[in-house]
Amino acid sequence: MQSFLDSWGITSMVFVPLLGAFIMMLIPEKEEELHKTIAFLATIVSAAIGILLLRNFDYDHTELFQFGVDRSWIDVINARYTVGLDGMSLPLVALTLLVTPLVIIYSWNHIPEPGNAKAFLMLILVLHTGMLGTFVARDLVLFFVFFEVVLLPMYFMIGVWGGEQRLYASIKFFLYTLFGSALMLVSFLALYKLTGAETFDIVRLSELVAEKGIPLSTQVLVFGGMFMGFGIKVPMFPFHTWLPDAHTQAPTQGSVILAAVLLKLGTYGFIRIALPILPAAAVEWAPWIGLLAVIGIIYGALGCLAQTDMKRLIAFSSVAHMGYVMLGIATLTDFGINAAIFGMVAHGLITGMLFFVAGSVKERYHTLEIARLGGLLVQAPKLGWILGITTMASLGLPGLAGFWGEFPVILASYDPAPGLSDTLFRVYMVIAAIGTVLAAGYLLWLLQRTAFGTPSEEFKNDPNIHDTVFTEWVAWVPMLILIVVLGFVPSLIFDVTDGPVQLISDMFVNGVDGSALGE
Amino acid sequence: MFLNQFLLFAAVLFCIGIYGVLARKNGVLVLMSIELILNSVNINLVAFGAYNQDLAGQVFALFIIAVAAAEVGVGLAIVLLIYRNRRSIDVAKANLLKG
Amino acid sequence: MFALLAAETAEAATHSSLYDNVWLVPGLPALSFLLILFFGKKLPFKGAEIGLAAVGAAFLYALITMFTWIGDVQDSAAHGDEEEHSLVVEGLSVGSPVTGSPITESPITESPITESTASVVLTAEDSHGPPRGAAIVNEVEWFSIGSASGEAAHSDDGAEDHDEEAADDGHGASEYGKYPISIGTLVDGQSVMMLFVVTLVSLLVHLYSTEYVKGDRRYTHYFAFLSLFTASMLFMVLSSSTLQLIVGWELVGVCSFALIGHWWEEKPNSDAALKAFLTNRVGDIGLLIGMSILYFAAGRTFSIPRINELAVSGAIDKNTLMIAGTCLMAAVMSKSGQFILHTWLPDAMAGPTPVSALIHAATMVVAGVYMIGRLYPVFYIGFGMDGGSLNLMAFLGGLTTVGGGLLAFVQRDVKKVLAYSTVSQLGYMVLALGVGAYTAGMFHLFTHAFFKACLFLGAGSLSHACHHSFDMKSDMGGLRKVMPVTFATFVIGTLALAGIPPLAGFWSKDEILAGAGVWPGTEGNGTFTIPFIFGIMTAALTAAYMTRVIWLVFFGEYRGHEHPHESPKIMTIPLVILATLAVSVGFLNMPSPFVKAIGLPEGWAHRFEDWVEPASVSTFPSIKHANPSLSLAIFASFCALGAAGAVWMYYKRLYAKDPMATEYTAETGSIMANVAPLAMAHKVLEEKYYLDHLYTDAIAGGTKGPLARFANWTNQNILDGVVNLVGLLSAALGKFVYQFIDQGVIDGSVNATGKSASGLGGILRGVQSGQIRQYASLMFGAAALMAAVLIFAV
Repeated sequence: MQSFLDSWGITSMVFVPLLGAFIMMLIPEKEEELHKTIAFLATIVSAAIGILLLRNFDYDHTELFQFGVDRSWIDVINARYTVGLDGMSLPLVALTLLVTPLVIIYSWNHIPEPGNAKAFLMLILVLHTGMLGTFVARDLVLFFVFFEVVLLPMYFMIGVWGGEQRLYASIKFFLYTLFGSALMLVSFLALYKLTGAETFDIVRLSELVAEKGIPLSTQVLVFGGMFMGFGIKVPMFPFHTWLPDAHTQAPTQGSVILAAVLLKLGTYGFIRIALPILPAAAVEWAPWIGLLAVIGIIYGALGCLAQTDMKRLIAFSSVAHMGYVMLGIATLTDFGINAAIFGMVAHGLITGMLFFVAGSVKERYHTLEIARLGGLLVQAPKLGWILGITTMASLGLPGLAGFWGEFPVILASYDPAPGLSDTLFRVYMVIAAIGTVLAAGYLLWLLQRTAFGTPSEEFKNDPNIHDTVFTEWVAWVPMLILIVVLGFVPSLIFDVTDGPVQLISDMFVNGVDGSALGE
Repeated sequence: MFLNQFLLFAAVLFCIGIYGVLARKNGVLVLMSIELILNSVNINLVAFGAYNQDLAGQVFALFIIAVAAAEVGVGLAIVLLIYRNRRSIDVAKANLLKG
Repeated sequence: MFALLAAETAEAATHSSLYDNVWLVPGLPALSFLLILFFGKKLPFKGAEIGLAAVGAAFLYALITMFTWIGDVQDSAAHGDEEEHSLVVEGLSVGSPVTGSPITESPITESPITESTASVVLTAEDSHGPPRGAAIVNEVEWFSIGSASGEAAHSDDGAEDHDEEAADDGHGASEYGKYPISIGTLVDGQSVMMLFVVTLVSLLVHLYSTEYVKGDRRYTHYFAFLSLFTASMLFMVLSSSTLQLIVGWELVGVCSFALIGHWWEEKPNSDAALKAFLTNRVGDIGLLIGMSILYFAAGRTFSIPRINELAVSGAIDKNTLMIAGTCLMAAVMSKSGQFILHTWLPDAMAGPTPVSALIHAATMVVAGVYMIGRLYPVFYIGFGMDGGSLNLMAFLGGLTTVGGGLLAFVQRDVKKVLAYSTVSQLGYMVLALGVGAYTAGMFHLFTHAFFKACLFLGAGSLSHACHHSFDMKSDMGGLRKVMPVTFATFVIGTLALAGIPPLAGFWSKDEILAGAGVWPGTEGNGTFTIPFIFGIMTAALTAAYMTRVIWLVFFGEYRGHEHPHESPKIMTIPLVILATLAVSVGFLNMPSPFVKAIGLPEGWAHRFEDWVEPASVSTFPSIKHANPSLSLAIFASFCALGAAGAVWMYYKRLYAKDPMATEYTAETGSIMANVAPLAMAHKVLEEKYYLDHLYTDAIAGGTKGPLARFANWTNQNILDGVVNLVGLLSAALGKFVYQFIDQGVIDGSVNATGKSASGLGGILRGVQSGQIRQYASLMFGAAALMAAVLIFAV
């Protein structure tokens, strides 16, 4: 067992969904139930392998890559098939393994227009492989390939199963992300060349950059390319405009995956690649990242206040929440980065959940216009409760998961890593704290308008409006439980992430001396 | 050997061919003009081959003749189809590729 | 459960296990919340029984803990050797080198009690010294982040006196000393006192609610949230770390939100709930920032005892403490309804009345006061209370106490009067803490909880009788005959609130006034003249507006249209219990001269102080205790009685003119209009120099009229207006940002990129004409160009 996991564990976890997609390709489109079953099984098998990996993971050495595999792949450019799991990727892998099966369960009777379960589920499976691959890849080229694999299925998902303006949204999403990826690739190649064209291995590159003494100005430029690639994916202000459109137009399942996992690819890239490889440049960039992050926090919140559409509001709230994550990363401290990872997982669960609820509201009311909704607690009390708990979690209430992605970030901003201006980051801290008030404002406003009050005349006697159904429960309960459990037992994530985060934060603790790299 | 004459001759043929391709509307004439161009190249190849005492030039010329035959076959077939569909072999009217 | 409790109390030696398991007190209501939520609806009493049982058990535990604590304190006081027990920490603290936590500082000692032969005989001098019960901290690790190495090297906020100052700071990555973040319980006088208050009031409110909300559409949810609130409040009370305090702080806020908005079908209710939550969030900015500052200032620890210890020892810079304290004051302002963030509290009366009694009078709103007490060294030293004359806290408290009192005058709604009265009394507590009178503030918190809960539940009983109305003017009057129990308890509550001797409020209020150190001979921490004047004014105001309430509700003629009746026993029993406490708890903290004067043993004096005020000099500042002053007590009581008498006369006269009237109008005629110029002298005497009129018309009327109306107007328009304006502005700003900047500029530039691409495409499109000959000519042209390049360039 152990030997299987060591040599094939990660690989099989990543590629079983793809295998499932191939099998589905051979089966005619009419067999919908069969397709659903196969898709579900594929994700479950993948999750089962994942659970085995999680169980055999050595939690005393979270900072090490475990179950590592290193095979030759594209020898010409020294790109290798290198994968591994450490404390930083583990929570995100687990999140992905959880969310995708739930999405498939939810799809059981919620296949969006225009139908075609086969293609839809196949795309989800391909997405799954791409997402898992990105989180376990340790080679830049491999990372890039997985990073891009994710793009296409999502493009089709929005473009085919989306809302009225799906074409606009999908193309915007695709081009915007691709633009960032292109710059990111340039940075990767530049790194490769600068370090002597030896390897694309992340850990090795990090050592090489330190050894070779690459000039700081070059490092800053290379970091800039990565910043564009990851920042657009996050998305950071002002590169966020693809997000509300993509979210609003995407089918529920697409929105959930987008919010829960896809946005994390960007932030994960920052802490996995950009920070460890280019610490000196990170110190230079951090104030700017922090600035954009806090602008995003306030800006996203203000954007939310102006929305009239529930789904668009939730989408905008992602901009604000990812602002906290980015601010945490920008502090370059252990507290900040740990909180950022926690924030990613929490945001994935909470916002994913919010999109699920929005999807169910849409299905019942055929509209998401906030002004027309109301009295959800009267007509569908359980759905209303779930919305209530989730909004509370989203606004960062202690005891629920959102808090641990928010308060530690604020805390960390008080005392950022050496080399960063305390005053500046304390200003950021105050702004971020003000952001929590605005967050409460728009979320409670949403809750009041949709859940409280009495139903409008329009929907009063609509037989279509019913409470939660079985598949919804099955899909939601695990997420809700996790939201509560993580709120009370934050060590579930902090203990796992702290090891690898220490490796990063230690780079900054004694001050990265950028000037020494001068020439 | 007077290489110059052959080259000049080939150049004249080439220019005639170019003129035919660019100026004529008749598809068949365009094809024939292409033949002229190809043959001007053949002349060059043979001339240089003889000048350098190298058989490769002639081998290439033979090769080109073979390819040209195939090309004419395909070309004529296309022209024929255009004619069938449009009752005309005016290449100016065959602009389906217009963007 | 009870067997367990009994077993634990059986033996004094098991005190430590009693303290160790004090987490059960919040734990039981938390469990009850889950049980009610999932099974409540299926049970015969719809879940109320679970809540009652859990809170009842928690109350018993709290009661036993309290008595044990008192016993311990008095034992140790008898021995007087407490100096070494500065802090007793027991714990399962897992983990490697612990930095910044008191655990490494004080060797783990046994519980401070070794022998239990004690006598209660204390001398006044003894009990003022340090030897009293020490705080018992019991923690487990919650999570841990960070390495100790390196970080210490750059922590620039003082507090570098860790034992293991990372000696080898060569490279950080090698060491993994962690900063554990703990969750646990801190048992000391303050928390034990609060445990008792919260569980008792909660139990009575539970009992009362079974009748009050009977048949409510969300009866089960109501009890679930009551349980959750009780659990959260107790969780907060027992916090051993500031982080835990924040968690509890926010959780009580959300319970308050849910309970204010209990009848969320009506929009005003959900508006009020939103307002409460958002106003509290504004204050929470200060809380989060203040706690962050303290975290780093204390060398990366959330531990409350540790922060206090460092503050007292002077390891934390005074300015840092001041800034942190100011930030935390913002949180106090919102949670404890201080000016200018108090506006949510009156609106919060939209919730069910028992909730108002529990949350918005007795417990949650005092969280701010409690937090000040928890981190008292931070405030005491930060605000320089020792020898000071005015500081932010005392001033805010004073302003609130008078402002709230004035506002209470103009309300028609009996609950609103009580709400403003709560604002005013909370101001009193903050004032007390602001002048350095720690015990007085805590004692007022303690007494206020009982009489205010009594008044609120009384108001609930009134509305229960008067068809769910709280309007004193249109639906009440003359109720003393039909509701004798409610009347009696309400009057007792009023007398206690007004500070009439010898009821509870008198003792605590008197102590606060003495604590200001202005009255000759009191000698407090400083000379806080302005807060003192505010305090005296409020003493008079409180008596006046409560007299008005009593008159309008219980005297005169009944003005409503229903048939009022006394409430059932299950509602009146809690009233009676609370009224009894409102009479009696004041005697817990009598000044020693008084005790001597009436011939009681010395041990009866200032007992509350002995029990509650922390003993340890290392975690508590050495505050001065003001001397009690008989003349001050008489003066303050006279002010209160005078004000009450004036108001009473005012209404008495009104009644004589028109039994149904509630205020002077044109028909009833103003008293001043009756003054006949010819009989002036006679009249002046007859009217006792018009002092009555001065009191009634000019002072009471003036205060009641323009001044209070102005205050109310300011409150409703300016302060609330600002809140609304900020809301509107941010919505407008949001709209602007979204429409112009987001959709216009940023999105516009994105779209412009696309457009420019398609424009370029349009130009290039011409090239693709479909003309074979054109393609050919382009090709030849290009080939020729290439040839030219090859020939001439290479």
